[in-house]
Amino acid sequence: MELILETLGLAKSAELLSLSPPGWGANLLRGLANSLQIAFGAFGFGLVIGLFGAYGKLYGGVVVRDLLAIYTTVIRAVPELVLILILYYVGTDVINQVSQAMGYGRVEISGVVAGIWVLGIVQGAYSTEVLRGAIQAVPPGQIEAARAFGMPPFMLMRRVTIPAMLSFATPGLANLWLIATKDTALLAIVGFSELTLETRQAAASTRAYFTFFLAAGALYLIVTLCSGAVFARIEKWSRRGQPSLRGSNK
Amino acid sequence: MTTSDSTIQNNAPCEVQDEAIRVMDLHKSFGMLEVLKGVSLKAQKGDVVAIIGGSGSGKSTFLRCINFLETPSSGQIFVNGEEIQMRPDGSPVNRRQIERIRTRLGMVFQAFNLWTHRTLLENVIEVPVHVLKVPRAEAIERAKVLLDRVGLRDKADTFPAFLSGGQQQRAAIARALAVDPSVMLFDEPTSALDPELVGEVLTVIRDLAAEGRTMLLVTHEMKFAREVATHVVYLYQGLIEEQGPPAELFENPKSARLQQFLKTVG
Repeated sequence: MELILETLGLAKSAELLSLSPPGWGANLLRGLANSLQIAFGAFGFGLVIGLFGAYGKLYGGVVVRDLLAIYTTVIRAVPELVLILILYYVGTDVINQVSQAMGYGRVEISGVVAGIWVLGIVQGAYSTEVLRGAIQAVPPGQIEAARAFGMPPFMLMRRVTIPAMLSFATPGLANLWLIATKDTALLAIVGFSELTLETRQAAASTRAYFTFFLAAGALYLIVTLCSGAVFARIEKWSRRGQPSLRGSNK
Repeated sequence: MTTSDSTIQNNAPCEVQDEAIRVMDLHKSFGMLEVLKGVSLKAQKGDVVAIIGGSGSGKSTFLRCINFLETPSSGQIFVNGEEIQMRPDGSPVNRRQIERIRTRLGMVFQAFNLWTHRTLLENVIEVPVHVLKVPRAEAIERAKVLLDRVGLRDKADTFPAFLSGGQQQRAAIARALAVDPSVMLFDEPTSALDPELVGEVLTVIRDLAAEGRTMLLVTHEMKFAREVATHVVYLYQGLIEEQGPPAELFENPKSARLQQFLKTVG
């Protein structure tokens, strides 16, 4: 192993990337863990917002529909970097003002929670549209049949609408998840030590920019490949019962 | 509206408890368009009421108002003697009452409307298990019997999209039977089927009629209506133009419109 690295001239890089100091590998992995934690939280939070948003847009009253239209339009119009700055500083400021007004003094807001909240709100706007489209793609007769047999609204959503729309929503949601993993890099701007910021620090300290950014790129690629496999399984499962577009011999 | 009607004349003392469906003066408008202009109908237990009429006569809308898939504009609906509470604008007062009554009305749709993400067996047990809270094992046993009955036992684990229209509709009938409905509502059950598949579905419905199931059947199959119905209602532009026992109605139609209609549908 050592010999191979030596002959390829990669011994130095291997040393820099090793998990124990003086290598920076552990820092990178910690950054990755933070990134994934935020991406996961933000994606989940976004899904919850998206589900309510989609139902609100489809079945809500005029006021609800208008408010949701403003939400999705504004969030999707403003660049994410700007949104992150706005939501991060506004969010922390509001929480601090509330806490001070109640006499608690300034509170320290955890980077993970702030990141999930900021990216979750961004994801929610896109999720709303993905899920709205998917719900509308469900044949209305299936929802009508459930109503005709006396299913209450929440059970209908859980037993019929969500499983039936899943196959339409999965490709869009897979996109959103991958965007979430990479949007975590934008949180570097508010000083959150996710993968990109950890990489930059490691690179700046060692001057081995190429090595570290290549390694970070590889980590992002691995996340994407694993996610792809997971989403492929989810999609296959959610499409059970639907004949393949390629014909029955596949 | 003609009221020379055998079911209405039958005023036995046990009438109320034998009554399956009673609809009084039902109106329904879609915006400016009045689709139902005051339709009344009674069905006793064991009756098979066939509702016929041309396109746009309001026959499907009438059926869909009974289980509130369409909200009536005004009128009264009784199911097993229980009146569905409506506001003056026809909207239901109590969502739970509607849901409870719906579980007693097994509906079969023109487009089958099976849940495509569930197998036939899962389709049949869905409502018993989740809405009626029947133990799962019991529901599965019963579902197998019902699928057997409609000739689909070997397809229990197949998804609907891999079956013919006739098979899907038979499965949909099994799904409706699974709630042991007091009244079955058929909304043009054979209209979406290829001609050679109509027979297999009608056979199943004929068996149900023979065992005394109460049914309201919107259909274009005149021969079938004549054969299985105990009472036939002809709707024309949102009103009952003529009704009566099938033999009388098909042999001796009194109204000129019904004569014309029967001539065109052959």
